[in-house]
Amino acid sequence: MNKQLKEKIAFSILTFTMLLVVVPTVLIIGFIVYKGIGTISWEFLTAMPRKGMTEGGIFPAIVGTLYLVLGTIAFALPLGIGSAIYLTEYATHGKLYKLIRLAILNLAGVPSVVYGLFGLGLFVLFLGFGSSLLAGALTLACLILPVIITASEEALKSVPQSYREASLALGATKWQTIQNVVLPHAMPGIVTGAILGIGRAAGETAPILLTVAAFFLPRLPKSFFDQAMALPYHLYIVSTQVPNMPEEIKYGVALVLLGIVGIFFAIATAIRIKFKMANRA
Amino acid sequence: MAKISVKDLNLYYGDFQALNNIDLKIEEKKVTALIGPSGCGKSTFLRTLNRMNDLIDHVKTEGCLCLEDQDIYDGDVDVVALRRRVGMVFQKPNPFPKSIYENVAYGPKRYGMKDKKQLDEIVERSLKEAALWEEVKDRLNKSALGLSGGQQQRLCIARALAMKPEVLLMDEPTSALDPIATAKIEELIMNLKENYTIVIVTHSMQQAARISDNTAFFLMGDLIETDKTQKLFTTPRDKRTEDYITGRFG
Ligand SMILES: Nc1ncnc2c1ncn2[C@@H]1O[C@H](COP(=O)(O)OP(=O)(O)OP(=O)(O)O)[C@@H](O)[C@H]1O
Ligand SMILES: [Mg+2]
Repeated sequence: MNKQLKEKIAFSILTFTMLLVVVPTVLIIGFIVYKGIGTISWEFLTAMPRKGMTEGGIFPAIVGTLYLVLGTIAFALPLGIGSAIYLTEYATHGKLYKLIRLAILNLAGVPSVVYGLFGLGLFVLFLGFGSSLLAGALTLACLILPVIITASEEALKSVPQSYREASLALGATKWQTIQNVVLPHAMPGIVTGAILGIGRAAGETAPILLTVAAFFLPRLPKSFFDQAMALPYHLYIVSTQVPNMPEEIKYGVALVLLGIVGIFFAIATAIRIKFKMANRA
Repeated sequence: MAKISVKDLNLYYGDFQALNNIDLKIEEKKVTALIGPSGCGKSTFLRTLNRMNDLIDHVKTEGCLCLEDQDIYDGDVDVVALRRRVGMVFQKPNPFPKSIYENVAYGPKRYGMKDKKQLDEIVERSLKEAALWEEVKDRLNKSALGLSGGQQQRLCIARALAMKPEVLLMDEPTSALDPIATAKIEELIMNLKENYTIVIVTHSMQQAARISDNTAFFLMGDLIETDKTQKLFTTPRDKRTEDYITGRFG
């Protein structure tokens, strides 16, 4: 076989695999938009649900999901970045280090319902937070920690050693070096990790089912100790638990969930680009 | 007068001994050049002087290294304070991805200086000392990464000078630069020795001959010979030194 032919075959196969990934994604999103767009109205987004959720809006579920995602990020980001800094900058690379790394990798593969049970046991019951936004956010934070730690670690490792050396040689302390040189440079990568985490936190159903979500609660949570509705769980309910639920409402909820995740992605991407520019400046 | 005196210095990377029984005195306000073939331990030696080797795992350093009358490796030496007295410039220019101003002000700011006027003065003085002021004074807030390689290296020198160190260590500071940029930095080094003690690693015999007052020749972790540069290059005492400087190996 000549080189050009090989080149063509490789190119075709790679294009095909790319399409295999892209086409279904586009189809799914397109399908949901097509089926759900008709439902979206100002009322749907801002009103309380009525008549066994078959009428009115999904405002409490939207607010609940927003609170959950923000709460999750507020817990998971500092903790995850802190752990990653410890692992890359301070820990000596011995047996314990390897064990911790292995544990983190494994945690990333644990099914989310297991996190739900863990959250139920620890936060809801043992710590007595009850079924609440707090318990839900903490549970989701545990769920996305491995992702955030791993992404942050990669980002920190990609900071050129020469920057650290230059800073230390100028008489900066290790912590000053991390604050002023290492972290700013690693920030885009860390934000990428946060983006992935947000996507998961916003979309998970099992963990919130066990720790926070209310079936039907036509009012907004007043504090972090309140229960709340949330979009993924609401979607599950309207799709399977309520008889005679109009089809469009299901797709409307799905579309709103998709939209919220999309908005968070857009914000995170904007932050990422801002940090990237700052590094080049 | 000896600014730094090194006695019986042995350094190990794990089991590998990289420096054997080094004795060397580094004179104040002179340029000392370290020469020798690749892998002989020049960088390793240089990095003992500001304890940069501390960053590497499994390094063991023995012997006596004194900066004036302070033992550098004494248990209670403040490494951060030491590195303020002993600055360093690296082989590859490594400015931070920040503005020119922020690069030079980096050290003083970490040291706790906040006063804008004082910082401005330091930045200007350091850039002038590094012969870079005229070229960058109109774009202090532009990125340092937009400078040429030679300018970046002078910026790194300015950044080190901002801390007003007593000693300046340079590890092959011109090896990544073209001849014109190299000439500028050599001229700069000769001016700097009025105020600073300079130790420079170089692969270029001509460079050592041009700019240094004293030269130390390293070979496989041993310090073979050290002398006034002029003497070492004209009448080396050791056969191995002669072979190296006449280009018979290395
Ligand atoms: N981090 C390290 N771990 C183990 N061995 C090292 C390390 N750094 C250097 N060495 C070894 O120590 C010896 C001296 O290295 P060093 O970098 O000091 O040489 P050099 O004279 O600066 O060489 P060059 O001219 O190529 O820069 C070499 O044999 C090198 O392989
Ligand atoms: Mg070297």
